[in-house]
Amino acid sequence: MARFLIPLSIFLALVALFAVMLQRAKEPGYDPRSIPSPLIGKSVPQFALPRLLEPNKQFDSSILKGKVSLVNVWASWCVECRIEHPYLLELAKTQDVPIYGLNWKDKRKDAMAWLADLGNPYQLIGFDNTGTVGINWGVYGVPETYVVDRAGTVRLKVIGPLSPQRWRDKVLPMIHKLQEDKG
Amino acid sequence: MKAMFIAALLAASIAGAVPALAAIQVFKFNTPEQEQRFQSLSDQLRCLVCQNENLSASNADLAKDLRREIHGMIVQGKTNKQIIDYMVARYGEFVLYKPRIEFRTYLLWFGPFVLIIIGVGVLMVFVRKQGRKHTAALNEEERRRLDDLISRHSG
Repeated sequence: MARFLIPLSIFLALVALFAVMLQRAKEPGYDPRSIPSPLIGKSVPQFALPRLLEPNKQFDSSILKGKVSLVNVWASWCVECRIEHPYLLELAKTQDVPIYGLNWKDKRKDAMAWLADLGNPYQLIGFDNTGTVGINWGVYGVPETYVVDRAGTVRLKVIGPLSPQRWRDKVLPMIHKLQEDKG
Repeated sequence: MKAMFIAALLAASIAGAVPALAAIQVFKFNTPEQEQRFQSLSDQLRCLVCQNENLSASNADLAKDLRREIHGMIVQGKTNKQIIDYMVARYGEFVLYKPRIEFRTYLLWFGPFVLIIIGVGVLMVFVRKQGRKHTAALNEEERRRLDDLISRHSG
């Protein structure tokens, strides 16, 4: 009897393990698509970009200092950004936290048409058409959202579209914690 | 130089269609050694979009940009280590298609060998057990039948 029971129980244990891991793969920490960012806990990479809507003015990393903020990387060619967009507009209305945009590897004309069409949730948008600033931030899949604290340190990175659930479970608690931190 | 690169391109396209596709981007290098370093670096760095491809094989937009960055750094005279550190600082160690050998990755690098050793061990124990089972001594009756059979067939 044991001859069958031992291999059978090993097999069942493996099945259970795979089932659990497949379930977990949907969670951020286990999702093979979301790669942990080495930027967490480091200050934002220095950058200076022309603004998307006012090309003569700059959007640079010093603007991110002194307040808790979100930096959202997006592009008009990015389908998931379109999915995320209405939620960003909603978030902008609540005014919990200023949202800055990084328009990544896009064309100015397309990006502006997108904003005109769908609305603009951003305080300011940096125009990174070569993608170099994005690479410095470790961007690899838009949309990506970074939470930056008062000191200009990156505290959280969300890969993929923000959703009410992700916002409630991950992002908002972090923002509240950082906003309460007076230091 | 250009001729060499075209020759390399042709060789790559003969070796397989995928590298040929990705190599459409044409870079200029100052020395063949630089070009070789470019090839080896883009072979050992991962494309983050496709994840199971290296940078040299990937046709993703980001992979093109990262190849451009690598090329720029090589031409500027950065060392391989500096270039790899640049990538790891931005994308984490996941970007290394060939993970570093360090304490954290021992299981990854040496785990398979440990498994082979365990497997061989289990196999040996199993084979020995089986062998012992079959060499159980014959009783009187069986021995007589065996002798009988042998003498009948060898005669």
